[in-house]
Amino acid sequence: MELFRGIDVDWLGKKWYFLGFSLIFSVAGLFSIFFWHGIPKGVDFKGGTLVYVSFDQAPNEDHIRAAMDAAGLHDATIQRISNGPLTQGSKDEVIALPQRDTSESALDAGRVAVLNALTTGYQDSSFSIEKVEVVGPQVGKQLTHQAELATLYSLLGMLIYLWFRFELIYGVAAVVAVFHDTLITIGAFSLTNQEITLTVIAAILTLIGYSMNDTIVVFDRIRENLRTMRRESLSVVVNHSINQTLSRTILTSGLTFLTVLSLYLFGGEVLHGFSFALVVGILIGTYSSIAVAAPMLVAYQDWRTGRGKAATLPAGKKSRA
Amino acid sequence: MRKNLTGKTVAILAILVVFVYGIFGLPHGLSGSALKQSIADRIHLGLDLRGGTHLVLQVMVNEAVASVTDNDVARIQADLQKASLTFGTVGKLDPTHPEIITVTGTAPDKTSDVRSLLESTYQNYDVSLNADNSWTLTMRHQAVLDIQSHAVTQSIETIRDRVDSLGVSEPVIQQYGLGDNQILVELPGVDDPARVREVIQSTSRLEIHAVTGGPFPTEADALQSVSGVLPPDEEMVHGNGTGEGPDQVWILKRVSVVAGNDFRDAEPSQDENGRPDITFNLTSVAGDTFYAFTSANVNKMMAIVLNNRVREAANIEQPIRDSGRITGGFSPEEAQNLSLTLRTGALPASLNTLEERSVGPSLGAASIRSGVIAAVAGMVAVMVFMLIYYRGAGINADLALFLNLVILLGFMGFTGSTLTLPGIAGVILTIGMGVDSNVLIFERIREELHLGKSAASAVDQGFAHAWVTIIDTHVTTIVSAAILFLFGTGPVRGFAVTLTFGLLANLFTAVFVSRVIFDSILERKERGTALSI
Repeated sequence: MELFRGIDVDWLGKKWYFLGFSLIFSVAGLFSIFFWHGIPKGVDFKGGTLVYVSFDQAPNEDHIRAAMDAAGLHDATIQRISNGPLTQGSKDEVIALPQRDTSESALDAGRVAVLNALTTGYQDSSFSIEKVEVVGPQVGKQLTHQAELATLYSLLGMLIYLWFRFELIYGVAAVVAVFHDTLITIGAFSLTNQEITLTVIAAILTLIGYSMNDTIVVFDRIRENLRTMRRESLSVVVNHSINQTLSRTILTSGLTFLTVLSLYLFGGEVLHGFSFALVVGILIGTYSSIAVAAPMLVAYQDWRTGRGKAATLPAGKKSRA
Repeated sequence: MRKNLTGKTVAILAILVVFVYGIFGLPHGLSGSALKQSIADRIHLGLDLRGGTHLVLQVMVNEAVASVTDNDVARIQADLQKASLTFGTVGKLDPTHPEIITVTGTAPDKTSDVRSLLESTYQNYDVSLNADNSWTLTMRHQAVLDIQSHAVTQSIETIRDRVDSLGVSEPVIQQYGLGDNQILVELPGVDDPARVREVIQSTSRLEIHAVTGGPFPTEADALQSVSGVLPPDEEMVHGNGTGEGPDQVWILKRVSVVAGNDFRDAEPSQDENGRPDITFNLTSVAGDTFYAFTSANVNKMMAIVLNNRVREAANIEQPIRDSGRITGGFSPEEAQNLSLTLRTGALPASLNTLEERSVGPSLGAASIRSGVIAAVAGMVAVMVFMLIYYRGAGINADLALFLNLVILLGFMGFTGSTLTLPGIAGVILTIGMGVDSNVLIFERIREELHLGKSAASAVDQGFAHAWVTIIDTHVTTIVSAAILFLFGTGPVRGFAVTLTFGLLANLFTAVFVSRVIFDSILERKERGTALSI
């Protein structure tokens, strides 16, 4: 069975459509980040208390709210936990208290308060506390800082590796593509108002690596073809390379997407954010190799020609002669 | 050309056996539950899968520095007195800088004497004279750092002793973070973080003081009894005995007779009426001191002071050497906690909790279940697809994938790595990314076949061209994973570990193992028959 035989699409010709598509999603994401939901931060970054409660019978959120108010916890947010689209009738709730109620000398106070509030105020059924996360303000800042550093170093490491294996422009094009992917993924979180936790950051770093992978496969082919197709223009070479690697690209993304989809559907609530990031990231990462990184190479090339420099993009350090 | 296929096949089978051993160890039996037990013994589960409590504690190291300088303040006073050098005050003026001591009011003509005394005895300090004839002693930076790091290591030891008493299996207590004096405590199977913190952070201080006056109903009354002036070596301490009854004021000698480290052992027990109390033993040195004190003060009162409140005032009926009993008013839990604190010694500084996470065991089990289901579903989907799309070569890919997972899990068993829920996600991701290598190779082989090359030559070319790309893609993902490992904590590290091991294993299986399988198929075929791909 073979799906991608003899494909000959002019990818670069469609670059304005791609640009439009990317712009729409980027702008929508940015708009949401700056003016709508902002970047929803999980408890790891903003601090606070999260109490996951499992009830014996379907919980009544109004009664829970009443119990919290009676105990003076007016800022509590109460949310039903969904275990993804494939589980029905979840009986779990997560009760969140903002960081204001969490001082480092009494970190436990929030959890104890929630426990007491439910014990005295909620009569509908018995319950048990399944999980607690309390993050003090100092740790919140620390973790944010670490996440930022990790992302920065990742991008830097990739740039240097690609500079070493190819040419600087390849590295820059790939980093721009990855940046685009990260922006759209975070925008997706903002638009759907999902929280960004530590595991989500891990997913984002993974999709940075994954998007790089994808871009590298195309670049490798471009480099190979530049050596053999010396008389063709760069656009023709790039188009040809994309077409040649298309079957591999679609297949791999499809397969990885299948596994990540399985995670999203069956993996449970804890990995929800993580799998959502990967689902979005894999789709966008594949798209960006074709629609962002490759056109950037050609655009840079055209810019260099426009300024009177060499007409063909060097294939890489090996063919400098 | 035989290419030594037999040798390579044997090597692959040997590796399979080795890594299966890594997963299971030597299983006790072959039933489902025996195998599960073997896996559980080899592969450690993270807290998010096993259930347990995770705490990050900040050691308030400035308190440790402050108590050292407090001691030094007293010593400077004593030393200056002994050398007959007059002085006004010795103290720390700035509470936010416990490492600075200020001495005022020394005689201007004795400057050199004061300086030589201070500099020779207090070599951990930089001594400087100020314009207003006061002296500033600043503890040297290295000495401060030493005190701080000592406070952290001692806290870790004390916490370890206290945690041992909780009977937790495989606790993790270690320094944490990048040099911020933080301690990580992970206790699997314990899901009551309040009790844990109670036990770990209790800073109860028990002391025995000589009583010189009391009980009085108020401080005013107490002062009246000494004509309004409290002697410098005495202090007023409140207490209400065993907890019932009104607050009273006692006058005690400031310096304790025995305190803190003088207690060698303490156990909760019961008095004649069956109520909880504490029996204690003193160290032999402290025992001598106590004996001397009690002999000299028969029929006088001594006060047992707990956390700066008088707990109990008892008449000294006879000399006591080194064992005694503190009675009255304890709940069984209080007796237990206090005994533990006395036994394990005091914390050098107090601990603030920065982060606390706990997972109940049923949530942990549910997470394992969903993780495993997702992994199996993903793997089945991928394997089926490869069979449909690549036919015979699909079997090749599926075998390589299976071996990949065995090696990955075996690696984890051998290195004692911890499997977390994101770690399971890493396994799932390895499946997807791992099969990528096979796709790269197979697509290239198909291309070469379309160009008219023979089966053997197509396989050759396919592997040769794909190799470069495989290296590039694996290196970049491993770089991401390495950075995640460096900057991540617990669960995220688990993810980085499984992803890295998985990709390393994949380099082996997708290239070497797949090649061997292709070669053995080509061996058996006659020239000209098509390759099933």
